[in-house]
Amino acid sequence: MARIIAGIGASHVPAIGAALDNGKTEEPYWKRVFSGFEKSQEWMRELKPDVAIVVYNDHASAFSVEMIPTFALGCAVEFPPADEGWGPRPVPVVQGYPALASHIAQSVILDEFDLTICNKMEVDHGMTVPMNLLFGKIDKNSHWPCPVIPLAVNVVMYPPPTGHRCYMLGKAIRKAVESYPEDLRVVIFGTGGLSHQISGPRAGLINSKWDKNFLDNLSRDPKKLAKIPHIDYMREAGAEGIEMVMWLVMRGALDDKVDEVYRFYTVPASNTAVGHIILANRGKAAKHKPAAKHKRAAARTKSLVRRSA
Amino acid sequence: MAREQHDYDDIPGTFVFDAERSRQGFGINMFCMSLMKDENRKAFKANGAEYLKKFNLTPEQTDAVLKRDYNRMLELGGNIYFTAKLGAADGHSFQHLAAVMTGNTQQDYAAMMLGGGRSVEGNRSRSGKNAPSKFLAGAAAKKAKKKSAAKPKAKTKSKSKKSKPKPKSAKRK
Repeated sequence: MARIIAGIGASHVPAIGAALDNGKTEEPYWKRVFSGFEKSQEWMRELKPDVAIVVYNDHASAFSVEMIPTFALGCAVEFPPADEGWGPRPVPVVQGYPALASHIAQSVILDEFDLTICNKMEVDHGMTVPMNLLFGKIDKNSHWPCPVIPLAVNVVMYPPPTGHRCYMLGKAIRKAVESYPEDLRVVIFGTGGLSHQISGPRAGLINSKWDKNFLDNLSRDPKKLAKIPHIDYMREAGAEGIEMVMWLVMRGALDDKVDEVYRFYTVPASNTAVGHIILANRGKAAKHKPAAKHKRAAARTKSLVRRSA
Repeated sequence: MAREQHDYDDIPGTFVFDAERSRQGFGINMFCMSLMKDENRKAFKANGAEYLKKFNLTPEQTDAVLKRDYNRMLELGGNIYFTAKLGAADGHSFQHLAAVMTGNTQQDYAAMMLGGGRSVEGNRSRSGKNAPSKFLAGAAAKKAKKKSAAKPKAKTKSKSKKSKPKPKSAKRK
């Protein structure tokens, strides 16, 4: 059966992607940010997950204001990077995992989470920046190390889903993954945040105390975070800081008690506080080394890549 | 018609893009979205007022767009991820827009961010609800409790916000 072995929280600041794409990672300002992810990339290389579920939000790229799905699950074979006004980011096309994605859709809808299903979708920096932070810079003609299932959450139009709803969706996703027959080691990303406001006269707001408290509780007492009302996120962490609810989908998909593998926090990247955390499940599966099963999955990834090339 | 009031309207310097603004600002945001295409950017630059006619904006919205009054655009239903596309079409960095919205020079705004950003202190509320969120206060209280043994509960600042002050000692095993 498939298992979720770890969760990753990471900010998805567009300027991080721009710094990476324009070769600025060695500049002191950006080195401070990127150096915080070096250990995580090592950890990820060692972990070699078979699939990643990435919870993120679209920023007026795939969804505009014509349709605003609260939760949208990507079930496509592949997800091209969106043109966000400067041409698509020079990253590989993201390979999906349609079989598991549609299994998750079916399972969580019957669990009363009414997802939108996307069989064709482009993905923006909200998804590809955290992937770069964890998988490193990858040439656009190469491929990401594993297939990805995108879960887009509306956090652009108020109200986003509540933190509690996000947390419970995480639990439903976990149940779905664990009822999938294939042996897969799955990681889940929660992205966005941490504190930031980029709109209106209060733009530039950062609240490090709030952010650190959030990270502490994410590790140890996530149920407490699931009770935070939207008004508190907006007041304390900025109008756009409400993106932090997406981290609760990730957290809900993990065990109640987890090991905090790594944490990083720095201010600022552009207008935003950058937060990052790695939480690992303690179950046997988490320690299980990639073996023959992994090779099969890797072979499948490659064949998918070849097919689409 | 007066705007329906919400708890978040109390947050200073903030125009929350809610369902009502999303409806009102549909035209502004669709206009901004149209600027993703080069031919549209050219048409808009050639004659802004004429180009905007396609999007059924109110006179106030048209005025805000033509004057590049970014705060007013947000107030009238524009969303920052969309209005940022207008800024980009004008050739501005996002930090330029942030500086304009906050009434700073870009240099001062950048310095503020490097210095750790705008503090939340004094920026939580228009109506004086400046007590930190109880989710923060709770954490602080727990720490204090650990250090100084038996302090029964966190300090409560405003009664109206915290109708049920919980004894923290009972909550923690």
